[in-house]
Amino acid sequence: MITVKTKQNIQPMHSTRSLRMKNTAIGWSFIAIATVLICLFYFYPMVQALIMSMQSGTGTNLTFVGLDNYARLLQDPTFLTTVKNTVIYLIIQVPIMIILALFISVLLNDKTLKLKGVFRTAIFLPCVTSLVAYSVIFKYLFGQDGIINIFLLKLSIISEPIQWLTDPFWAKVAIIVAITWRWTGYNMIFYLSALQNIDHSIYEAAKMDGASPFQIFFKITIPLLKPIILFTSITSTIGTLQLFDEVMNITQGGPGNATITISQYIYNLSFKYTPDFGYAATVSYAIVIMIVIFSIFQFKVAGDKNA
Amino acid sequence: MLKRVFSYAFLTIAAIISFFPFLWMIISSTNKSVDVTKGRLLPGSYFLENLSNLLETVDLVPALMNSAKISITTTILSLLIASLAGYGFEIYQSKAKDMVFNFLLLSMMIPFAALMVPLFRMFGSISQTAPFIGIDTFAAVILPTVTTAFLIFFFRQSTKMFPKDILEAGRIDGLTEIGCFFRIYVPTMKTTYSAAAIITFMASWNSYLWPLVVLQSPENQTIPLLISVLGSSYSPDFGVIMTAIVIATLPAAFIFFIMQKQFVAGMMGSVK
Repeated sequence: MITVKTKQNIQPMHSTRSLRMKNTAIGWSFIAIATVLICLFYFYPMVQALIMSMQSGTGTNLTFVGLDNYARLLQDPTFLTTVKNTVIYLIIQVPIMIILALFISVLLNDKTLKLKGVFRTAIFLPCVTSLVAYSVIFKYLFGQDGIINIFLLKLSIISEPIQWLTDPFWAKVAIIVAITWRWTGYNMIFYLSALQNIDHSIYEAAKMDGASPFQIFFKITIPLLKPIILFTSITSTIGTLQLFDEVMNITQGGPGNATITISQYIYNLSFKYTPDFGYAATVSYAIVIMIVIFSIFQFKVAGDKNA
Repeated sequence: MLKRVFSYAFLTIAAIISFFPFLWMIISSTNKSVDVTKGRLLPGSYFLENLSNLLETVDLVPALMNSAKISITTTILSLLIASLAGYGFEIYQSKAKDMVFNFLLLSMMIPFAALMVPLFRMFGSISQTAPFIGIDTFAAVILPTVTTAFLIFFFRQSTKMFPKDILEAGRIDGLTEIGCFFRIYVPTMKTTYSAAAIITFMASWNSYLWPLVVLQSPENQTIPLLISVLGSSYSPDFGVIMTAIVIATLPAAFIFFIMQKQFVAGMMGSVK
C-alpha cells in the first residue's frame, strides 16, 4: 500500500500523461501492420480499379475515356448473360440450399435421434474438399457416360443419357447441384449450433398447446433462427456473386456462355482474351455495387420482419 | 413412428449423397481409367500403378511442396498479424481505433474478383524493381491474402473473453507490452489460434483464382492449379486424376478429422 501511495505522490502530472501517450503509441503499433496491409491490398487496388474503369486500351496502353466503359457495360450481351446466369444461380440455388440445410438441421436436432454424429459428419464432409477438386469430380460424375447418367438409366428415370455439360439448361442444373452439394453441410452447422441454443421448454409449451410440427417449424424455429438465416443468406449471396472455381472447372463457362459468371468474365477479359484491364475493372465495379445492394436489401428485409 | 422413419430415411439419403463423391473418388483411384468410365464401383488394385503414372506425367511432389510452403507461411503470418491487431483493437480500445476497425471491416465487402486486375497490375509494376516479390513469386501469392478483416474481427471477438487482469499482473512483474502479448496472451489463447490456423490453412491450401493469375511458370504450380490442368486435359486418365485428387484432399481431410471442434469454432467465429 505504502509503495503505491508514494509512487502516486512522487510522479508529476506530465509523467502520467506521457505514460498514457506511450501506451497509445503502443496500441497503434499493434494494429499498424494489419491496417497498412489492408489499405495496400484492398483499398488502394479499389481506387486503382476506379481509375482504370475510366480508361480503355489493350495491355498497359490505357487512355482516359470517362464513362464510356460503363455505357458499354449496359450494352454488352456477354455481361448481361453473366448477370442473368448469376441471378439464376442466386434465386434457385441459395433458397434450395438454405431450406435443405434448415430441414436437415431440424431433423438432426432431435434429442432421441441415433447415429447423429455419423449423419452430421457425413453431411458436413463436402466442406473439406477444395473447390477445384470437387469441381473436377463433379465434372466426371456429370459426364455423358458418367455415373449419374448410368444410375438414372438403370433406375429407368431417363431413357437417354442427359447431356449434362453440353446442354445450356442441364449445365446450369449441374452447377447448381454441385454448389448445393458443397455448401449445404456448411450452412447446416450454423443452424445446428443456433438450434442448440434454443430453450427446449419453448417447444414443450408449444406441443402442450397442440401446435403441429409444421406450425412449430414456421412459427417458432424460423423466427428464432432469423438472424442466422440472414447471415448465411448474405454470405451465400456474396459467394454466388463471386462464383469462379466451379464454373471454370466444370463447364468453363460453356456451352456457349450458358454458365459463365461475372468473375469468370473479368478473368477472361484480363487474362484470356486480348487484355482489356480498363473494361475488366468496370465489370469489377458492377460486382461491388451488386454486393452492396444485396447486403443492404437483405438487411432491410430482415429488419422489417423483425419490427 | 412414421415421422421417425421419415427422419432416418431422409438423413440416410442426404448422408449417402454427401459421401458418394468421396467414395467414388477413392474407388476410382484404385481402378483403371477404362473401368472408371464403365462405372465400376468396386475397389480395384491399380492404385500404385495410377500413382506411378501420376508421378511420371506431372510434377506432383514439387506442387505439394509449393502448396505447403505457401500455406504454412500464409498461416503463420496471418495469425501473427491478425492476432496483434485483434489484441490491439480490444486491449488499447479508443474511439479513433474503433473507427479504423470499422473501416477495415468494410474490406470484407470487396470481392476478390474486383481486386484481381488492379493487384495483377500492381505486382506487374513491382516486378520491374523488385522481381523477388513480383509476378510469379510465392510472395505475390501470399502478400495480398495474408491480412483479412475477418481474422482480425475473429481475434478481437475472442479477446473480449480474455481475462485482462492477468496482463496487469504481468506488467507488475516487469513485462513490456509486447512481452505481455507473447508471454501471456498467445499461450492463453491456444484454442483461438488453432481455430484460426485451420480456417486460414484450408483457405490457402485450396485457393485457386489468385495463384492461377499470378503464378505463371509450371515449376511454381500449386496443387489446385495442377488438378485443374489435369481435369481439363482432352484425354483424361480418370484413375490418375482421382489419385491426384485423393492426395490433394488428404491433408485437408486429415486436419479436419483431428480438429473438427476447432474447425467448427472457427466457422462460428464469424457469427458472434
